[in-house]
Amino acid sequence: MMFRTLFDRDTWQEIFGSIQKNKLRTVVTVIGVLWGIFIYITLSGASKGLDNGFERQFEEVAINSLFVWAQRTSIPYAGFRTGRPMQLKLDDQAYLMHHIPELQYIAPRVAQGVFGDQAPLIKRGSKSNNYALYGDFPILVKIASKNIYDGGRFINQADIDQQRKVCVIGERTQAELFEKKEDPIGAFIQINNVYFQVVGVHKFTPGGGFESDSDIFIPFSTFKILYNTGQNVDWFAMAAYDNANVILVEEDIKTALKVKHRVHPDDARAFGSFNLGEVFNKIKGFSSGMNILSLVVGIATILAGVIGIGNILLISVRERTKELGIRRALGATPSEVRMQIIIESVFLTLIAGILGIILGSFVLAIINVITAEGSSIPYTNPTVPIKFIFGALGLMVGLGTLIGLIPAQRAVSIKPIDALREE
Amino acid sequence: MIKIADLHKSYAMGQNSLHVLKGINFDVAAGEMVAIMGSSGSGKSTLLNILGMLDVADQGTYNLDGATIKDLDETKAAVYRNKFLGFVFQSFNLISYKTALENVMLPLYYQKVARKERIARAQKFLEQVGLGPWASHHPNELSGGQKQRVAIARALVSEPKVILADEPTGALDSKTSYELMDVLQTINDQGITLLIVTHEEDIAKMCKRIVHLRDGVIVTDEKVKQVKAIQHVE
Repeated sequence: MMFRTLFDRDTWQEIFGSIQKNKLRTVVTVIGVLWGIFIYITLSGASKGLDNGFERQFEEVAINSLFVWAQRTSIPYAGFRTGRPMQLKLDDQAYLMHHIPELQYIAPRVAQGVFGDQAPLIKRGSKSNNYALYGDFPILVKIASKNIYDGGRFINQADIDQQRKVCVIGERTQAELFEKKEDPIGAFIQINNVYFQVVGVHKFTPGGGFESDSDIFIPFSTFKILYNTGQNVDWFAMAAYDNANVILVEEDIKTALKVKHRVHPDDARAFGSFNLGEVFNKIKGFSSGMNILSLVVGIATILAGVIGIGNILLISVRERTKELGIRRALGATPSEVRMQIIIESVFLTLIAGILGIILGSFVLAIINVITAEGSSIPYTNPTVPIKFIFGALGLMVGLGTLIGLIPAQRAVSIKPIDALREE
Repeated sequence: MIKIADLHKSYAMGQNSLHVLKGINFDVAAGEMVAIMGSSGSGKSTLLNILGMLDVADQGTYNLDGATIKDLDETKAAVYRNKFLGFVFQSFNLISYKTALENVMLPLYYQKVARKERIARAQKFLEQVGLGPWASHHPNELSGGQKQRVAIARALVSEPKVILADEPTGALDSKTSYELMDVLQTINDQGITLLIVTHEEDIAKMCKRIVHLRDGVIVTDEKVKQVKAIQHVE
């Protein structure tokens, strides 16, 4: 009965007739659901975009990267008193690589002007300023990638081996020390009164950590001579293999360091550490929270829209009481009347839903263009999975049917004789 | 065609019940044109509604063209109405957003007649009531008389046994009323049974039989010499 009615051309002619002739009602009804699905699509697309955006931001940094530095002991151990200052050494690198199989890369780093000490004065001709200075190995780029502008490069192994006086400067350093059209590559700047040749300019990418767009990188071996730091390492930047549990690796590293540096196993203060994986997981948690929120808000709005359809159909059934009475006097059976109203409800819901999806996609496309590549907003490629769209449509058809039942039942509950008396 | 016996109907009015029909016995033969008269409250509309299966009697029997009408649910009533009966109402009861033709087509839609045939048959009956050229007009573009003629065409289109008309001329002036009665008389001449509820003496005289109702009982039931409405239409 239902399917025959559904595929009958005449049914649709009746429905189109009644929809067309009640334009305002139709438009108002459609707007309700359209708004709901529009909100749903836009919200979940936006939260997906945010999700993608975070992922894009973090692809510059190994998600499973972690950092370890030395502090002071808090427990006396092996004849050492408490409060002994700890110092990481260059040979810790090989020691850790040997003892922690989950470690993929490890980069020893030293720095001036990062942790509260005086940043070195950098001079070029009459221009000068204080900038943070890092001594690094080329392996660092495996852990935190450095985007170097065309024509330049990062520190390489030969720089380390020959203790070259070369440096990679930041965008801001370039802007402040060089003229606008001047090519900094090959030029010399003075660091601590020693001339260094600029071999690259790095593009600053935000992504956790404390680095900025003015940082200057020089070879670790050169830094060692410049500041007379010997085998000292300020901190290790490390990356674990993708399948490793970063939090466990972090614990293992600290345990290994405690053994090597003769620190009490329970001393929690001797070495400090930080891992991006945890931060990343928090952000992922935030964006999956956003996903759930947009799902809940979206469905609630769709629900509100469908209830709106039911409400308006209820009013319309009341308005059309007489018409429905006439139809029944002319031979429409209650199930025919009921079916007509339900099909109307589902049809309106579906049309509104499809329009809402189109409109929502349109808005997402606009947002995508605005936040395209190069924007600092963490937002990339906002999409809604197709199964969610079909899910939403299915939900709307289901709800449209259910909600249509109420006005449909009301329409047939009025006796035709009473309906005809209605003025 | 119609046989009713001992028909009773009461309406509950708060605490009291209003006994509207108090035992009506009434037969109508095929091809008759009967006027049912009475002042308001006499029960004439209630009688017509029961005959039209829009309302059910409390007691009594109703036989339409050999079929006993009882224990009607809404679905059955709808099918019977569609098959056996045509309705003409005082307030026309056309669907405002449908054209004259579409209004006439509607009963056939519920008979599941194919669209092409619906159009052809509806057009034929519109022409019969003299509204062929008005087929594509909406009710608000038609005069009262024209609207009622559309309603008559709609009642006729399903080729019913009986047409029930509730004050068909109630909303029309005398001249239009006579024109309409002429249409109804023509239909009756073609063999369709007509029951017309009216309180207008001159309209009743254009029927072949007048039944007077007072306080829920039939007081008089007499055959009359039919006045041809055409005489009043110049």
